[in-house]
Amino acid sequence: MMKLRTIAHARAGDKGNLVNISVFAYRDEDYAMLVERVTEERVSELFREHITRPVTRYCVPNLCGLNFVLQRRPTDSVTRSLRLDAHGKSLSSLMLSMEI
Amino acid sequence: MKKIRIGAGAGFSGDRIEPAVELAEKGHLDFLVFECLAERTIALSQLRKREDPNNGFDPLLGERMRAVLPACRRNGVRVISNMGAGNPRAAARETIEIARSLGLHGLRVACIDGDDVLHLKDAFRPFDDQPLPGNTTIISANAYLGADALVQALDGGADVVLTGRVADPSLFLGPLIHAFGWNTGSWDLMGQGTALGHLLECAGQLTGGYFADPGYKDVPDLDRLGFPLADVSEDGSALLTKVDGSGGLITLQTCREQILYEVMNPSSYITPDVVADFTGIRFEQQAPGAMRVIGAKGKPRPLDYKVSIGIDDGLIAEGQISYAGPGALARAELARQILEKRLAQIGAEDLRIDMIGLSSMHGTPADWPAPYEVRLRTAARFTREIDAKRLTREVESLYLNGPAAGAGVTFAVRENIAIVPALIARELVRPTFSMEVA
Repeated sequence: MMKLRTIAHARAGDKGNLVNISVFAYRDEDYAMLVERVTEERVSELFREHITRPVTRYCVPNLCGLNFVLQRRPTDSVTRSLRLDAHGKSLSSLMLSMEI
Repeated sequence: MKKIRIGAGAGFSGDRIEPAVELAEKGHLDFLVFECLAERTIALSQLRKREDPNNGFDPLLGERMRAVLPACRRNGVRVISNMGAGNPRAAARETIEIARSLGLHGLRVACIDGDDVLHLKDAFRPFDDQPLPGNTTIISANAYLGADALVQALDGGADVVLTGRVADPSLFLGPLIHAFGWNTGSWDLMGQGTALGHLLECAGQLTGGYFADPGYKDVPDLDRLGFPLADVSEDGSALLTKVDGSGGLITLQTCREQILYEVMNPSSYITPDVVADFTGIRFEQQAPGAMRVIGAKGKPRPLDYKVSIGIDDGLIAEGQISYAGPGALARAELARQILEKRLAQIGAEDLRIDMIGLSSMHGTPADWPAPYEVRLRTAARFTREIDAKRLTREVESLYLNGPAAGAGVTFAVRENIAIVPALIARELVRPTFSMEVA
């Protein structure tokens, strides 16, 4: 077991009550492992406190990356959220804490 | 093949100004673009315009223009920005005044109108099944315009173009269409230009900002981060670099993170100009700090414009207090219980109580050591100011009536403006430009 952080980097962005988290393999040869292990099911479980429906995953092999889309509660849109991290900017760090 | 060079001078309203000056002076640019308008900023600027018809543009407009216009004039750099915010006309007038005071006579300053669609609110339609707000709560409504009026202003000879709500990548696509005479129905070119705009629009986020993670992703000299520029060729390919000697870096990793930043479906990135497809994009390192980018594609633009509606979302009250040393977490927990009982009486909506230092960001981690210090934070929504203030008093009262050694109380009540998206038919919106000479 190791943390995703060992083989991948990530960035989070927001649009309304959607947050995207992109995850990229540092080494191209690790992309297949990302596809196999960083699944919609596992990511939905990791983010269960933050989402209202299972996450959607888009694979972008050209970039050796995965893009996850999380839907947050209507009261958790950027301009309404009462969270300290209203944007969800820190959620890329939660992603990288995943054990793979 | 014809080439032009575009630099990114800002990625948000409060961004650093020195990197833009560096680009204007040493970047050998043709265009310098400042993206300064977040989702909510335009609603706040509309409120300022209501109080003063000469206000409602970006608060840093004057400082930025004074800092970059002399070098831009000297070096033939044309400036494009959405710093017009809620009042592009007033922003243009202010820029004319500044140009005159700097002796930059003859500077042609254009502004773009037409994004304000508040008067068309009966024609709004829901976006992605999100309900439209009630009429009484609406403060402002601005359509995300595309590159078209911007292109007209540049074709008309503008040295500076100030816009309100324009889709961020369109601010960069506009000068490309203008310079190369691209056919705006060439969807792959529109897609590639939009990809470049998207890479550049957050400025320092392409050159090592929002990226560093010591030991994993190290970035040199973030204190003097250089902002990116692109040498764009007529075929839409580009070379991304920054001014030699500036801080930061451009690598495959910074480029990959930024191309998907705030992107949901990478094969359908929707702007008013095109539905861009980033899945075929390729980054090729040409030299250290020089990245070639090509391969984005496009599909026909959407029929509607997206609208950002600003609504009055009531009041948000927030208060914080810290506990430290042995038993810090237990005392913070006791304070939480006290607050929950006290606040149950005042009709707070969406009440949150967070432990900063433990669980405020991601929820409580399963196996984490007790922190040395904890900051208790509470926040809630209210309709009445008297109730909002009651929350802040309850936090402050934790000094004298709460657990031992509570410290460092802060609190605030603010009016919240929220943004609700909607759609409007393209033909109802009329983007136009007008120009004045300093």
